[in-house]
Order: sequence, then C-alpha cells, then structure tokens
Amino acid sequence: MISVVIHRTLGAFDLDVAFEGPADGVTVLFGPSGAGKSATLAAIAGSGAIDRGHVALGSRVLFDSATRVNVPQRARRIGWVFQDARLFPHLRVEANLRYGMRRASGVQRIDFDHVVGVLDIGHLLRRGVRDLSGGERQRVALGRALLSQPELLLLDEPLAALDGGRKAEVLAYIKRLKADFALPMLYVTHSPDEVHAVADHVVMLDHGRVVTTGPSTIVQGARIGATIVGHDEHGVLLRVPHGEAAPGTMLDLIVDR
Amino acid sequence: MLTATEWEVLALSVSIAGRAVLFALPLALIAGWLMARTRFPGRTLLDAVLHSSLFLPPVVVGLVLILLFGNDGPIGEMLARFGIRLIFTANGAALAAGVMAFPLMLRACRQAIEAVDPRIEAVADSLGAGFWDRTFSITLPLAAPGLIAAAVIGFAAALGEFGAVITFAANIPGETQTLALAIYAALQQPGGEAVALRLAGISFGVAIVALLSSEALLAYGRRRSGQ
Repeated sequence: MISVVIHRTLGAFDLDVAFEGPADGVTVLFGPSGAGKSATLAAIAGSGAIDRGHVALGSRVLFDSATRVNVPQRARRIGWVFQDARLFPHLRVEANLRYGMRRASGVQRIDFDHVVGVLDIGHLLRRGVRDLSGGERQRVALGRALLSQPELLLLDEPLAALDGGRKAEVLAYIKRLKADFALPMLYVTHSPDEVHAVADHVVMLDHGRVVTTGPSTIVQGARIGATIVGHDEHGVLLRVPHGEAAPGTMLDLIVDR
Repeated sequence: MLTATEWEVLALSVSIAGRAVLFALPLALIAGWLMARTRFPGRTLLDAVLHSSLFLPPVVVGLVLILLFGNDGPIGEMLARFGIRLIFTANGAALAAGVMAFPLMLRACRQAIEAVDPRIEAVADSLGAGFWDRTFSITLPLAAPGLIAAAVIGFAAALGEFGAVITFAANIPGETQTLALAIYAALQQPGGEAVALRLAGISFGVAIVALLSSEALLAYGRRRSGQ
C-alpha cells in the first residue's frame, strides 16, 4: 500500500494531491498535460520538493514534513522509468541492467534471468544501447529499474515516445511484469487506452488536484476521447467529441466515485 | 637527424608540458564541474579569477608566480621547508605553463561536464548510486572525450608557453629551456637563424603528432562513451 499526501507550490502552480494505492497492482495517475502527474511522481521518488505532506510505502515512511523525515532518493528503493528510456549510453545492455542490481542492498528478490526472460531481452545483453529500437530501449529501462530491487515502480508515460506498434509491444511487456512480479506500480499517462489496458486503480488528476479516485471502470468513458474540462464536489465535467456519446452516457460512467 | 641538444630540448619540452597538464587538469576538472553544476554566491567572480591568466600579459602571470612561489614568497617559503624549490626549476616551468594553460582546460572541462545530461545522472541516483559512485561510473566516462580534448589543448598551450615560463623559471638549458625558449635563445645569437629554424621544425612536428594522437584518442573515447 502506498499513501501519498503532497502539498507543494511552484510559482503559479499549486500541487495538492492525496491518494492511496494498493500494495499490488497498477495505480494509474490519469489526467491532461500539466495536471501535476509527473510532479507527483518526482515528489514520491524523492527528486521533487514537497512543502508539506507525507509519503509512505506500507509501514516505511519516505517523507513526512511533520516529523522531518526525508529519505534520500537513492535510499527510497523506488524504480523509475521515463518516457525516454535514459539508458546509460556508454554501457552495454547487460551493464545497464546490472547497474542498480549491483547497488541494491539486502535480499535480491528479483532475479536477473527471470527479468531478462520476461522482457525477452536475452539476445540484447551484449549490444550497445545505441543500436536498440525504441521498444527495446524501453524494455531494457524496465528491466534496469526492476533489477534495482525496488518496492515500488514508477512509470512516467512509458509509451509516450513510442509509435503505435511499439506502444502495443511495450504495453504487453508491462502487463507481463504486472502478472509476474508482485510489485506495486504507479503509472502516469494521459492516454485512456493505457488506463484501460493496465489500471487496477485510477487516480484522476487535474490542475494539481485529485479529481476522483476509484477502480479503473470510472474512466472507461474517457476512452472515447473525452477530456476533463472541470470538476466540483458533485462530479466531473467531460467534453466528448461530437457524435461519440450522448451526454447522459458520460454521466453514467463517471458518477461512480 | 636530431642533435643531442635538440633531443634534450624536445624531451624537456614534452616533460614540462606533460607535468603542467598533470597538475592543472585535475584542478580544471574540479573547477569546471563547479561552474557547470553548481550555483553559489561569488560564482561569476570566481570564474573571472580562474580565467585571469587568459587576459593578463604572461609576464604579469610570471611576476605573480615569483611573488607567491619565489624564495621570499609565502608559498615558496613554505615549500622550501620541505626542500621544494620551484623558481628556476623544471617544475617551476611546468607550474608557469600550467597556470597559463589552465583557463583553456577549464573551459573544455566545463563544456564536457555540461554535455552530460543531468537526467542520466538522476537515473543513476534513483538506482542507488551516491555522488562519488555516479561521478566515476556515469559523469566522467560520458565526459571523457571532452576531457581528452581538454588535456590536448592544455598540452599544446603549455608546450608553446613563453612569457610566464621565462619570467618565473628563466631560460636555463637542460633545466627550463623548452622549445620556445630555445628558439628565442638561438635568435639572440649572431647567425642563430638556422638553429632556430630547425627547432621551429621540431615544434611543428610535435604539434602534428599531438594533434593526430588526440584525434585517435577522441575517436576511441567517443566509441567508449557511445556518442
């Protein structure tokens, strides 16, 4: 279980989010660009500042402004995958994969051969990272993060930089990871299709606020191209492309909160 | 081909320029990292001070070195207690040449560090690598081509340095007389033009060899760092 309370003011932008995610499965942070999704991930990872708040993984407190706890990023045991894979360009695939693994303390719960097998990257181990395709790079990045033996995996729009075919490829591997490793994941995206494909739990963000949270069904309506245009205590207002759905349909989908 | 004296001058020049790079490059790397990666009050002023030998006449740099490292200078007196003398010695020539070459190496080091994506370093941090760990496993290997370039630029500048070296270390054959100083000495002799011209030719040869080997090193460094 991950619990997050973050208050942070950055210039005109005010981030004020609180949510909880299950210990197992994928929690998706969903919302338009500029909603504060990536800033939330950075704050959880320990690279973004928090003015006030509390971040805990199960019983392990990572940040707490009241008791002045702030575990440094490298000690948080959080794996982080970005939309650009950010592989180490001077290291081969295998050295990239082992980078975090060699530095992980304690029991190695996540096994090298297992990860390589699940992600189908065994044939790439000797390769330099420059020759990899976009999908392969992202698979190696996923493996590298997993092998650092994290207790939480952050996925920051992991498919955003890929074209359609590659998106499906990497998405299939993310689903395999979900099935094979009992590891909570926080997945940031603005794509309703990805929410549909991986989410167990959804946190919908807009303008730095949590709009609604719940099981993944609540954003089914967003798959047809709806965008959040506003919200208040009664519900969420979505704009739907003309002809996609009658207004009543949308309301049925989102009042469940 | 080369006379014994010419070999001596050549070997001394390479040795002095090499020593200059050896002591100045690590300092340039640290200063370059500070300039590329940190913000602190007085940073611009420090940057100007570090670049000062670029704008001062070399003779003035030599004079400052005499005042600091000479027998009566504060640092010179301290070193003398350990039996180290820099003024009028080959090490002193290396100090003068290194100080003159320092700003060029600093700029190259700074650019090399700036070219390393800080987001890649942040990934290393999230994978459990502390500051020194990621500096040696990520930052320096990725900056290597630029650092090699910094060393080559520093070596070339130190090799050709004249004013600061002759001011601080004088022109002592076999001790501080580098190629540049030997050419100057030859031109002071009646009919020394032929000797000077031969030494000039040697300088040219050294420059070519240094340039070619730096190209080879750079190509190797780029392959290594995958750029």
